[in-house]
Amino acid sequence: MIGTLLRRDLAKFFPFAGGGAALPVVFFVAVAMLYPFAVGPDPQTLARTGGGVVWIAALLAAVLPLEKLVAQDIELGTFDQLKLRGLTEETIMAARLLAHWLSFGPPLIIAAFPAAALLALDNPTLELVLIGLLAGTPGLAAIGLMIAALTASLRSGAALSGLMLIPLALPILIFGAGALARQDHASLGFVAAISLLLVAIAPFAAGAAIRAAREV
Amino acid sequence: MQGSASPSLSANDLACRRGDRLLFRGLTFALAGGEALHVTGANGTGKTTLIRALAGLITPFSGEVQHEGSVGLLDERPALDPDLPLGKALAFWQRVDRCQDPGGALTVLGLEPLLDVPVRYLSTGQRKRAGLAALLNRGVPIWLLDEPLSGLDRGAIEQVTALVELHVGGGGIALIASHQPLVVTGLTTLAIEEFAPNCEAEP
Repeated sequence: MIGTLLRRDLAKFFPFAGGGAALPVVFFVAVAMLYPFAVGPDPQTLARTGGGVVWIAALLAAVLPLEKLVAQDIELGTFDQLKLRGLTEETIMAARLLAHWLSFGPPLIIAAFPAAALLALDNPTLELVLIGLLAGTPGLAAIGLMIAALTASLRSGAALSGLMLIPLALPILIFGAGALARQDHASLGFVAAISLLLVAIAPFAAGAAIRAAREV
Repeated sequence: MQGSASPSLSANDLACRRGDRLLFRGLTFALAGGEALHVTGANGTGKTTLIRALAGLITPFSGEVQHEGSVGLLDERPALDPDLPLGKALAFWQRVDRCQDPGGALTVLGLEPLLDVPVRYLSTGQRKRAGLAALLNRGVPIWLLDEPLSGLDRGAIEQVTALVELHVGGGGIALIASHQPLVVTGLTTLAIEEFAPNCEAEP
């Protein structure tokens, strides 16, 4: 049953599956493309600041899929029907978290290659960006899921979730982008640790949130 | 019918509220296999809240709900993805429920011509029938139906009534919340307004 649910979630959220799911990746590349136009084509400036821009683009791209992530299925009654079939909200949210990450983490990591080329990043920096995104995107997905579940029953939830994600994602950004400035891998360990913690909490927090949304 | 033991559904001294308002209290009933209950009441008297409490989706304010056997729910939201064609949207639930023969319910409810139509283009009545098909394919012994007749034409109403009768006749339980009259043999009626908290002063 969980496999079926995961397949459905992936079909719903994976890029190019329709429904505007490719938007975060397009947005990510678009930011990387605009940046050289804004600050000028000097390769040294770009290489020095480009890694941070990739991180900011990734963080903002994480906001985009939140609107559809949970609210629609609450409205449709999907979670109610799954609950009647014996699935707990935590299981449903764990499957949703995995599907959400798979549909935006790996595509962003792949899109980081053209972004790195546009920003004239050298190979060691690109390596740090890639490892950092691999470690950081699960955390961003977890924050996103928790916020989407919490704001699902609010009228202007989508706008609010963007505002809420940005401050909560700061620790990931600080350590992820900080690794680039110092060129060290140790900071990425912190990113991975933060992500791990968030991923562990997210199904329970989001599950409790959709249970609470039923009571109103 | 799924499950070997005889199904049962009972509520004991149930009270539910929405927001700060107490909708009903002291509501007690017990249903065994082959029984049907029609919950009547005006809009806003707590029919939907009662059904959601019985389904275990919300926690009642006080009292308890007990059921033996799986519970199926049909409400105004059929839980079908609006972007998908009806066939694919129903196929998800068929896979979840491991339904071997989904065709029967689709034929009975006249949904076969609609399988290629995206769910968003279906009418209220068509969606209701699709939700009913998903419920039929689950094969659960306890049916909770929230306004199953709203939006249906006369032919479909007769069909739904016949399906409920068939389900109850086969040893199942049906609890139907509806403000519309319902003609099902062996149906008992529960007026939810009798359990409203401000009616207690009346003799």
